[in-house]
Amino acid sequence: MTTHILGDTRTLTARSLRHILRSPDTIVTTVVTPIALMLLFVYVLGGAIRTGSGDSYINYMLPGILLITIASGIAYTSYRLFLDMQSGIVERFQSMPIPRASVLWAHVLTSLAANTISLAVVIGVALLMGFRTGASLAAWLAIAGILLLFTLALTWIAVIAGLTAKSVDGASAFSYPLIFLPFISSAFVPTASMPGPVAWFAENQPVTSIVDTVRALFAGQPVGSGIWIALAWLVGMLVVAYALAVTIYRRKVT
Amino acid sequence: MSVEPAIRVNGIEKSFSDTHVLRGVDVEIAAGSIFALLGSNGAGKTTLVRILSTLLKPDAGTALVHGFDVMAEPAKVRESISLTGQFAAVDDVLTGRENLVLVAKLRHLENPAGVADELLSRFGLSDAGSRRAATYSGGMRRRLDIAMGLIGNPPVIFLDEPTTGLDPQSRIEVWQTIRMLAGAGTTVLLTTQYLDEAEQLADRIAILHNGRIIQSGTLAELKKLLPPATREYIEKQPSLEDVFLALVGGGVSVATSLAAEKEDS
Ligand SMILES: Nc1ncnc2c1ncn2[C@@H]1O[C@H](COP(=O)(O)OP(=O)(O)OP(=O)(O)O)[C@@H](O)[C@H]1O
Ligand SMILES: [Mg+2]
Repeated sequence: MTTHILGDTRTLTARSLRHILRSPDTIVTTVVTPIALMLLFVYVLGGAIRTGSGDSYINYMLPGILLITIASGIAYTSYRLFLDMQSGIVERFQSMPIPRASVLWAHVLTSLAANTISLAVVIGVALLMGFRTGASLAAWLAIAGILLLFTLALTWIAVIAGLTAKSVDGASAFSYPLIFLPFISSAFVPTASMPGPVAWFAENQPVTSIVDTVRALFAGQPVGSGIWIALAWLVGMLVVAYALAVTIYRRKVT
Repeated sequence: MSVEPAIRVNGIEKSFSDTHVLRGVDVEIAAGSIFALLGSNGAGKTTLVRILSTLLKPDAGTALVHGFDVMAEPAKVRESISLTGQFAAVDDVLTGRENLVLVAKLRHLENPAGVADELLSRFGLSDAGSRRAATYSGGMRRRLDIAMGLIGNPPVIFLDEPTTGLDPQSRIEVWQTIRMLAGAGTTVLLTTQYLDEAEQLADRIAILHNGRIIQSGTLAELKKLLPPATREYIEKQPSLEDVFLALVGGGVSVATSLAAEKEDS
């Protein structure tokens, strides 16, 4: 059976990629919020925000916007998985000699593809709005790696939501707090400007270290030790979410 | 019956929280036969089918499908079966043809497109093949669903209420398909609410009631359980089904051949 795991995963991934191609609105709705936020912050609020970095505000905020893009994109992953569970198609696959992991990995790989497209669109719009970077190829690769890890971690959280949701709404509502998290971080304003307890939370939640690292990489500055904190968060979230998702899946499909 | 039965169920029990649905089910189904499982709503037919197709673990008892234990060797069981569940499980976003190609690919067949086209025509879906399944009528979805279940010619097929919601013609087409499968050596376990379906199709019939098989046997054996029929002379009226098929056309020859078969048996 292991001989078919790659082939079957590819077949199932092609199937759910086709779902995205047939409803490109899922990409559009994913990128609408981050783009609207960029417009709002750059052209309305940004003028009043002092980042103290001397850089343009769009350069400052783009890393946070990219994380918001991913957080809203993965809502569709749990939505699609939930519908597959509901429609009985997962049961059909499970009564067939298909490696059980293939069904989940197909959704995960599709999520990576969809989020890559969304991120490309958002970065494109940011470039039009004046975003500039002097990042080297190595820095770009590091940014891609960090965004990939973040997408994977959030996707496995989305898998948990898709497997356990009782309704379509529940399947996507879990992403709201994730979308909100960057607001209480260094993504839009420096944490130093926040009142004590809020600043403490902001400085010690994963988004801040990830945002600071990506921002430094875009600016061509040294990332310092922050990258290790960011990586620790990313790998930690990924491992926990993956283990939980797989446990729930095993219990669910007997 | 000297050959090993295709399905052997011993003392299967299953509870959901406080409902004891199956209380010791014993069944043997001969290879290449059609076996109908009857039972009222909630009797546990679907539960038994789900256990046999490795989707659900029994609380007690053993079940062998095609010689493999459903608990110990679920992967081997899955290679030997195909399940068409009670509710059509098709991908609404894909077209009918794409649904069939998907299953054919997952079964690692040589020519997925050819398999899909053959099944589309066999199930009267050729014209609808390039439309999304979401646009299908209930009966078309069901036919697509059954077609997906036939791909790869597994030796054992489970059909959970295959003809519920089908029009009389489609029903007869599905019956013909099931007969053809059994004729080619496939073992078919089907559940049904229609007694005439069991009468028409099944080599053996079992009645699931209060968590157990309370009776099983051939149609003739089951009929013997009742007091001998009293002889009455009545005019032979065409059934509503005969009238319907005559009026909408197409199914007449099938109906008469069925009637002939009925007399044979
Ligand atoms: N996952 C489940 N959780 C709780 N109860 C369940 C579950 N699946 C089935 N049941 C219960 O088990 C009983 C048998 O259900 P099952 O679906 O096997 O009946 P059935 O014979 O197929 O009925 P029908 O003819 O209506 O399809 C019912 O009382 C049902 O409520
Ligand atoms: Mg049922």
